[in-house]
Amino acid sequence: MKKSGLAFAIGLLTCAGLAQAAVNIEITRGVDSAMPVAVVPFSTMGTLPDDVAGIIANDLRFSGKVNPMPKSDMSSFPDSSATIDASQWKGMEAMVVGQVQPNGSGYTGSYELVQTPFSADRVLDSSRNSFDAKGFRRYAHYVSDRVYEKLFHEKGAFSTKIAYVTATAQVNGTYRLVVADYDGYNAQTLVTSRLPLMSPAWSPDGSKLAYVSFEKNKSEIYVQHLASGAREKVSSTSGINGAPAWSPDGSRLALVLSKDGNPEIYVMAMGSKSLRRITNNLSIDTEPTWHPDGSSIYFTSDRGGQPQIYRYDLASAQTTRVTFQGSYNARASISADGKSMVMVHREGGFQIALQDLTSGNSEMQILTDAGLDESPTIAPNGSMVIYGTLYNGRKVLAAVSKDGRFKARLPSSDGEVKSPAWSPFLQ
Amino acid sequence: MQVKPLVKALMIGMPLVLLAACSSKPTPEAKTEQAVEQTTTTDTGANTGATSSSSLTAEEQALLGTRVVYFDFDQSTIRQDFAAVLAAHGKNLAATGAKVTLEGHADERGSQEYNVALGERRAQSVARVLMSYGVASSQIDVVSYGEERAAVNGHNESAWSQNRRVEIKY
Repeated sequence: MKKSGLAFAIGLLTCAGLAQAAVNIEITRGVDSAMPVAVVPFSTMGTLPDDVAGIIANDLRFSGKVNPMPKSDMSSFPDSSATIDASQWKGMEAMVVGQVQPNGSGYTGSYELVQTPFSADRVLDSSRNSFDAKGFRRYAHYVSDRVYEKLFHEKGAFSTKIAYVTATAQVNGTYRLVVADYDGYNAQTLVTSRLPLMSPAWSPDGSKLAYVSFEKNKSEIYVQHLASGAREKVSSTSGINGAPAWSPDGSRLALVLSKDGNPEIYVMAMGSKSLRRITNNLSIDTEPTWHPDGSSIYFTSDRGGQPQIYRYDLASAQTTRVTFQGSYNARASISADGKSMVMVHREGGFQIALQDLTSGNSEMQILTDAGLDESPTIAPNGSMVIYGTLYNGRKVLAAVSKDGRFKARLPSSDGEVKSPAWSPFLQ
Repeated sequence: MQVKPLVKALMIGMPLVLLAACSSKPTPEAKTEQAVEQTTTTDTGANTGATSSSSLTAEEQALLGTRVVYFDFDQSTIRQDFAAVLAAHGKNLAATGAKVTLEGHADERGSQEYNVALGERRAQSVARVLMSYGVASSQIDVVSYGEERAAVNGHNESAWSQNRRVEIKY
C-alpha cells in the first residue's frame, strides 16, 4: 500500500511538472538578415495573466523574418509612440508599443506599430480592442498578424491552429487527435483511441476536421464538427478508407478507398455521399490533395514503379506526372495561392522538398536535412511549412520557412507527434 | 476486407513463380525426414493456437507457429525464406476452412497513407499465396495499419526490418 501511495505522489509530481514545462518554440536555424524590431513590454495598471509583448515577439521571431530585440537590451519601456526616445532605439527598423488595462472582467489593449526614425508621426498601424481573460493569447496573436501584414505585405498566420496526432508509444500506444494554437498552446484533445488515428484534414472554413480512425480495427473516415464535438462517419467501406482532403469549396471530399481491390482515389459529394472514381489501375493511388482553384487533384501513385506525384484534371479526366526528381515523392500539399507544392522526398533520407508549380520546371528545392521527415503542411499565408520529424529518438513537429532559411522545432509533450495539419485562416 | 475476384485474377503472374519455388524447395533429404516425423508427430500445430489439419507434415505443422512474414523496404513480394511458412498456412487453411486476418504493416519511413497502401499490398501478397493453395477468399480478411502499431520500438534499420511485416492472425 505504501508503495502505491508513493507511486501516486510521483505521478502527481510528474503531471505538475509537465503542465509547467516551458513549451516555447525552439529556433534551430535563424536568419541573419531578419528585420530588427523592438517589441516593448506593454504597460498596465493591473496584473496581467500573460506577457503580451513576449507572445508577439515569439510570433514575429517564428516568421523567420523578424529578429526581435531582447528585453534585456532595452533601456526604457515606452508604451506609446509619443513617449519613445528615438536615440535609445538605434538599429531598430520598427517598434511595437502598447498598453493593456483591466476593464471589468476583461481587458482593453491598445497598440502602435512605429517605423524608424521613431516619432509620433511615424505610426504605421494602431488599434484598440477589448477582450476577455481567455482571449489574452488570441489578442497578442491578433496584434502579431497586424504587425506582420504591415511590415511584409502578407497576411499573418499567427491566429491559426494546427491539428495533429499524438501516440504515447510506437508499440501499443494510446492515440490522440489534438487541436492547438499554431504555437502549441491551448492544446485540446478531440479524440482518444487505443487504435491508430491519422490524416486530419481541415474543412476550408475551419469548422470541421475529417480524419481516419482505426477504432473498429479497420480504417474509417469521420468528420468532426469542432464547435459542437458532433461527429459523423462518412466512409467505412471494406479495405482502406483513407487520406481525406476537402475540396476548396468544402462541398466534396477526396479520399482513398480500396474496396475494389487496391487503393484508388474517389471524390465524395458531402451532401449525397455519392462517389466519383478518379483513378483506375492496379498500382497504389493515394494522398489526394486539391489544387486551390478546385480544377485538379494531385496525388501519390507508384504506377511508374516508385511513388511520384501526379495531377488529375477534373474537367478533362487527364492525368499527368508532376514530379521527376528522385525515386520517392509522396504526400503533396499545395499552397493556398496554388504556386508551390511541398512533399516528402527521398534523397538519402526522407526530406521535405518544394516544387514551383508556376514555371513548369520540375526542379525541387530541398527544404530540410536528410532524416525521417513527413506530412508537410503549409501555413495558409504560404510562409511556412510544418512537418513531422525525428528529434532525440522521438517524432516531433518542426517548421521550416518556404525558402528553407529558417527552422524551428515545435514544443511537444511525451510520446510521438505526427500528422500535422495547418488550419486555414480562422474567423 | 474480403479479397476480391480481381485479386484472384492477379494470381496468374508472380505467385505462380512462387508456387514453383515452394514446391521445389524441400530437398530430397528433407522429404525423407518429413516422412519419418509425420508418423510420430501429428499435433505440433495445437500449441500454435491454430486449428491445424492432420494432413500436414510435421515440418509444416511446426511452420504454422511462424505467424509473421517480413518484407524488404517498399516491397510487397514474398521473400523466398517465407515460402515454406505460407505453404504450410495455405495447406492448413484450405484443409480446415478456418478464417484468418492478414494484418499488413510498413516501417515508419515515407508518408503515412502511402504506407497504409503498402501494408495492404503486402497483406494481399500473402493472401494470393494462401489462395494458391486453395484457401477461399471468404476465409481471408485483410487490414493495413501502415506504419502505425509498430512491432518494435526504434528508428533504425533493425526496428524497421521487424516492422515491415504481415501478421497472420487466426
